[in-house]
Amino acid sequence: MQPTPTTKPAFSIAGLQHLKGIGPVLALVLLCIAGALLNPDFATIDNMMNVLTRTAFIGIIAVGMTFVIVSGGIDLSVGSMAALIAGSMIVAMNALAMSADPPSPVAIIALGIALALAFGAVFGVAHGLLVSRGRIEPFIVTLGTLGLFRAVLTWLADGGALSLDFNLSEAYGPVYYQSMLGVPIPVWIFALVALAGVVILNRTAYGQHVQAIGSNEQVARYAAIRVDRVKVLTYLLLGLCVAIATILYVPRLGSATPTTGILWELEAIAAVVVGGTSLKGGSGRVMGTVIGAILLSVIGNILNLTSIISVHLNPAVQGVVIIAVAYMQRGRR
Amino acid sequence: MRSSIKSSFKLAAACVFTLGAFGASHAIAAEKVTLGVAIPTATHGFTGGIVYWANQAKRELEAANPGLKVIVKTAGSTPEQANQVQDLLVVNKINALVLLPLESSSLTQPATQVKKKGVYVTVVDRGLSSPAAQDAYVAGDNTAFGRLPAEYLAKRLNGKGNIVVLRGMPSTIDNERTAAFNDEIKKTPNIKVLDAKYGNWNRDDAFKVMQDYLTRFKQIDAVWAADDDMAIGVLKAIEQAKRTDIKEVFGGAGAKFAVKKIIDGDKLVQADVSYSPKFIYDAIKMTANARLKGESLPAKTIIPSVLITRENAKQFYFPASPY
Repeated sequence: MQPTPTTKPAFSIAGLQHLKGIGPVLALVLLCIAGALLNPDFATIDNMMNVLTRTAFIGIIAVGMTFVIVSGGIDLSVGSMAALIAGSMIVAMNALAMSADPPSPVAIIALGIALALAFGAVFGVAHGLLVSRGRIEPFIVTLGTLGLFRAVLTWLADGGALSLDFNLSEAYGPVYYQSMLGVPIPVWIFALVALAGVVILNRTAYGQHVQAIGSNEQVARYAAIRVDRVKVLTYLLLGLCVAIATILYVPRLGSATPTTGILWELEAIAAVVVGGTSLKGGSGRVMGTVIGAILLSVIGNILNLTSIISVHLNPAVQGVVIIAVAYMQRGRR
Repeated sequence: MRSSIKSSFKLAAACVFTLGAFGASHAIAAEKVTLGVAIPTATHGFTGGIVYWANQAKRELEAANPGLKVIVKTAGSTPEQANQVQDLLVVNKINALVLLPLESSSLTQPATQVKKKGVYVTVVDRGLSSPAAQDAYVAGDNTAFGRLPAEYLAKRLNGKGNIVVLRGMPSTIDNERTAAFNDEIKKTPNIKVLDAKYGNWNRDDAFKVMQDYLTRFKQIDAVWAADDDMAIGVLKAIEQAKRTDIKEVFGGAGAKFAVKKIIDGDKLVQADVSYSPKFIYDAIKMTANARLKGESLPAKTIIPSVLITRENAKQFYFPASPY
């Protein structure tokens, strides 16, 4: 990373954060008003919960991505990683269920979840080490693993789909479909991950180090911050976030295909940037990322609930909104 | 990519000649055929099936014909496929090519070059922009892919009801299918197509689109999911919303899990339309067998798409195929 010519360290401009946060929130409010006017069904609790639940995957990944981007890195592999973790989980869980003396479905699911977290952690650490110790640009490292992860999944699936054993799928389904206090479980987990992200980034020494490195890596090094370790940890956190998202994703359809998680990396990065984090690194806001992720899925939701424009133009609307929101935050980096 | 190294046998130069109308077989006993197969990589269920069936054809043909060599190449992008076609000619010295182009217009020129060198070119599924670039064309029936579900759903709903449609990706194939569906469904004026949105032939996207359809429309009688993968997402969304108004979810292509549902008597999936990746297998076999005898194929072979119901579903169930 080039040292960025900032005059003051990024973590001292916390006072400006309230101002910066207004852009995406305002855009989200405007979109929601538009949505409700276009179709009254938009403003129902059911629809809101649908949108939040489907945002959970990208949202959770984007929280992890915020750390990586704030530290000056990037991870293009998250979609492929999610697909591979999903596929590996399914293969392992099916194998356990097929074994001679199968454990109970709950135990198999617990093992599957543990495996997913382990995979996420290992992939994250591998990225971190290649970037820090290996001194390869994160763009290249993760572009490489983007292809690698998906290829391995496609190979595992023989080009087709990997489907979870029917009984396991029934037992695991509630993790995605069940609600607690009227709020679906994925939304709770999304909220917890976001909260943890806010606390770690803004309230811990580690979070300050992440911001310092993204702001100016050389200075951070001179300030005795263990840059390599902090970087590895950001990728580890992201790997864990991807694993958590996958743990919620698998029970939804009970399957992984070579199209699973395709382009999730761009959606996650877009959520981070729309939420007010600079791609250059240095400073960022987890809550902004959360708003950004919700904003992106609300656009898709509104387009599905209406038929004002040609379906061919749907991606154009998303493009316009992303640019418009970015415009609202211009010059405040 | 240049993995297979060819022994240096010389090819009989006069291997390309077409047969007269009488069909007398000018079998040349020692005719060596090197058949190149250029297909897309397995990126989703359907292409996974393509790769599976291509390799299946290779195994069977090579076991049956010692004089035949089949080389299968898979490509992830148009330029890669164009290079492969070139390599097959220059490095592998093929004299027959079965090509499933990733994209019609970009592969027309490479195919023309190969054909000019005397290679027999069979194009599968997506036709080239210029028919002069191919000797034979083998394809599934995209019109029937759209027409049959429309006929079936009109009957299933007794001529009256609301249908929502999911489309694939913006492409010629998708347009053909959708147009055929709309033309047929229009004949039943009391059936209303509420909306048609893209689900990108993807389970997750189909799930979201269907969730939103369910939010938006209080009465849906049937879904034309236009693809078995998308039907999976649709079924999950219906299950989640606990909606009971939907009577039928019609996918398409005859994936094994969908055919299995029909055999098992699923409540919502009772019919499908075949559009099997097995056509690559048929095309390779037809080309190889014809070339071994020195014959040529009909200019156009359409592998018919047929309605799969519980009565005939067993014929379309291939548990070993990934699709």
